[in-house]
Amino acid sequence: MAAVEVEKQRGRSAAVAIAALVIAAGIPLWWKTTETYRAWLPAARISELEALQLELRVEVEVVFARGTLSPEQQKKVPASRMREQQQQVDDKTGLKFTYETRFRTATVMEEDALNQPTAAEADHALHTLTETSCGSVVIYIIPEASALLPQDMRVYVGRSRTALLRSQVASVVGAGLPEVLAALDPQMEQVLQTMSFNHQDVTAALTDRLRPGLSTRDSLADSMRAFKSSPGYEITFSLLNPDPKHHQLHWDVEAALDAYIYPLLHKMAPVANFSVDSQILYYAVLGVNPRYDASASAYTLSADSLAHVINPVEARLGSNAASSNPVLNFLLYVPDSLHSPLIIRNDQKQEVASNAFHSPRWGGIMVYNVDGAYGNDTQFPVDIAIDMSRVMGVFLSQLRLMLGFQQTGAPPGFVLEAAGREGVAEWELDRLLWSRSVENVATASASITSLAQLLDQIANIVINDNIAQQVASAVTALQAAVAELEAGNLALALEHSREAISASERAFFDPSLLHLLYFPDDQKFAIYIPLFLPMCVPILLSLLKIFREVQQHRAEKRAKRD
Amino acid sequence: SNPPVAPEISSSVALDFVLIGRTSAFLLLHQARAERFFRSDHTNNWAVLVCTSRFWFNYRHVANTLSVYRSVKRLGIPDSHIVLMLADDMACNHRNPKPATVFSHKNMELNVYGDDVEVDYRGYEVTVENFLRVLTGRLPPSTPRSKRLLSDDHSNILIYLTGHGGNGFLKFQDSEEISNVELADAFEQMWQKRRYNELLFIIDTCQGASMYERFYSPNLMALASSQVGEDSLSHQPDLAIGVHLMDRYTFYLLEFLEDIHPASQANMNDLFKVCPKSQCVSTPGHRTDLFQRDPGSVLITDFFGSVRKVEITMETINLTPHTETALAYVDQLPVAQIIHQKPKQKDWHPPDGFILGLWTLILLVFFRTYGIKHLKHIF
Repeated sequence: MAAVEVEKQRGRSAAVAIAALVIAAGIPLWWKTTETYRAWLPAARISELEALQLELRVEVEVVFARGTLSPEQQKKVPASRMREQQQQVDDKTGLKFTYETRFRTATVMEEDALNQPTAAEADHALHTLTETSCGSVVIYIIPEASALLPQDMRVYVGRSRTALLRSQVASVVGAGLPEVLAALDPQMEQVLQTMSFNHQDVTAALTDRLRPGLSTRDSLADSMRAFKSSPGYEITFSLLNPDPKHHQLHWDVEAALDAYIYPLLHKMAPVANFSVDSQILYYAVLGVNPRYDASASAYTLSADSLAHVINPVEARLGSNAASSNPVLNFLLYVPDSLHSPLIIRNDQKQEVASNAFHSPRWGGIMVYNVDGAYGNDTQFPVDIAIDMSRVMGVFLSQLRLMLGFQQTGAPPGFVLEAAGREGVAEWELDRLLWSRSVENVATASASITSLAQLLDQIANIVINDNIAQQVASAVTALQAAVAELEAGNLALALEHSREAISASERAFFDPSLLHLLYFPDDQKFAIYIPLFLPMCVPILLSLLKIFREVQQHRAEKRAKRD
Repeated sequence: SNPPVAPEISSSVALDFVLIGRTSAFLLLHQARAERFFRSDHTNNWAVLVCTSRFWFNYRHVANTLSVYRSVKRLGIPDSHIVLMLADDMACNHRNPKPATVFSHKNMELNVYGDDVEVDYRGYEVTVENFLRVLTGRLPPSTPRSKRLLSDDHSNILIYLTGHGGNGFLKFQDSEEISNVELADAFEQMWQKRRYNELLFIIDTCQGASMYERFYSPNLMALASSQVGEDSLSHQPDLAIGVHLMDRYTFYLLEFLEDIHPASQANMNDLFKVCPKSQCVSTPGHRTDLFQRDPGSVLITDFFGSVRKVEITMETINLTPHTETALAYVDQLPVAQIIHQKPKQKDWHPPDGFILGLWTLILLVFFRTYGIKHLKHIF
């Protein structure tokens, strides 16, 4: 009897010990070994990024030339003035535009520069005098009677960051200084909208953060045409020669690139890296048959058929397989002798001066007619040297459109100086830098917040340490970019925003972030039940038995007492 | 244009009407052009075509995928924008009585293989992991461009899946499966990163409608060949090849697409009518509630073709011709100095001193060691 009792006691203690081991050691061990490793992400800082309040600050310097202000007004000119505009784009994104204006009168050297005969020379002379920082604007107010601008033009925008504004003050006789400044305000606003950012551009640059459908039609066309901000771009120039038997084409593309394209690309170095290559394709035909027009005695391509030209050609173009950067293609097509000359007609059946067309986010095609270079009885093949300056003029303007420089639509009364050798004016580049910085900030913040949300939602994604590091560095760079935009340092802001976007892209697209296989709950039960049930059933039953025995024992004890 | 001044009022009025008519027609045309530009927001097209089953008796799935590939290429999408994943090689399969061909119609009418097929993921590379990596873009940095889906926020993507499936899953390679939740999550990740503008998802498997039940991202349109609980059936066997050549839904889809050309105006409502129950035996289904535009205004070529938006270049930049002096080669070194080469010896010369000395040394050592008497064996 005692032996049975000892056995029972031993059984009871064994069951309790096993149960204790399972609960105390087994369950934590199973939990620890089946959890996914998730490094710590700075969730608090990321949630701060969800509500983005961007402040863009422009430093404007207004210089009054001699003759625009009376001496008493000159003494009372305020040193600086701040103007703010608030705009709430949607419930999570707010914009504030700050224009910090400093007023002063012109120095003697600037007066000399303004005495030049034409506006272009004055602008050049002024440019050599001062060094303007990236993102700032300098406006020179010149007297109404000045001969620098033609009579009906009010503003001249130069090649660097200066503008000449004709003052209207002489028409307001006996006006005090506040009236003069008040009369200048709307014109300065217009100048700033042209030379610096305007509200539509900035809102368009924020599309990554916004819900679809908030942008207007015009900004949509612009955003569709230009490539999105990317760390690098590949540019390919191709010469298509469908008729090598008749035309032996020579194009000095290396020299042309050096002379015309590389200056622009060097100027855009803070924005992105560019890699350029070129190729020649023989026996490459357009996919459409041009129609012969007897009135113009030329073959014509109508605007409708242009859309079908690109695809058959693109299939044969080579591309750089090494990088994943977006590719811009610029094709020069020399029609074969049977179909020369080939002209492009627009919707109104008029000839297009450039004889070229472009496709948004792809590139451009120019048709170059060579039928004028030879007569009927020349010996074929004819050696033809292509005029690269004409070709590059077209390609350069298409390249500007693709890279994000808007088509120059000068407001009424404005004279915009044509971009010189470098292909782009400083203020145009500043405009691009503003929109690119805002776009980078918007994209980076959207990436980081959506990555954090994703990692929260899908519980079985492994987060490695390097991802946490990338996210932390992206958040830091993003906050630095926003701070620099607030301070008005455009170049630094762009640099930080590029760092932020590259870090956030690397974190989001890291190959290790693939979630483990999804198991619906019934499958999870199906896996665990055969493992745990045979083990748990005896333990539970023996625990129940022990519990019942203890109950019984206690009942007996109580009965014995009573 | 200024209206001309005419003496008689009636003729001037008539001329005015004509001119107003013309200007309004011009405005309408311009507006129509602008409307056409904005009717869809995409600037490029991508296609991801996946066949998920292997083994010879699943010939029809490879033929399905290759037929869609052929249509999509014919309508203009280039190979660089198509990611084609075939889980097995039917054209060069040992059991193929007509090697290097994959037919989609009995009596071998249409060979969809040809010599212009670029398969990006082949054989065992077609896995759930690779498929999800392609969709979400999380590929290792060494992946070449042709294996990536490099779409942006203005890309329209066509995704076509075919194989064996069930309620809520699709079988890959006979060993793993992808569930509809994973697919929906992958599309959501694509949306978060704005990797597509609009997405058309077509699936030709048994119980295909279950695969699009769980989608929750915007701008998705889905078509399936059968409802939950129904099987998708194959079309017809070819007695010479010995297997079924196509599935019914894709067969009628291919027939429909053969009538589409790049300028066609057929829209999605026509696509929904492809393969009714009388032809397909199963009931094809579609889902458009997540799509923002009305399906009647969506062209087939918005997804299956690649009609580019085109703008005439109005502005050019005047560049002065750059008079570049021709590169002068006077400063170059002579070639012999650049390429250091030993002159090739044409005549035989006796071996030089080093070799002679070496052999003399060897012989001396030999004879010293073993004695001079061995000399007679040599001479």
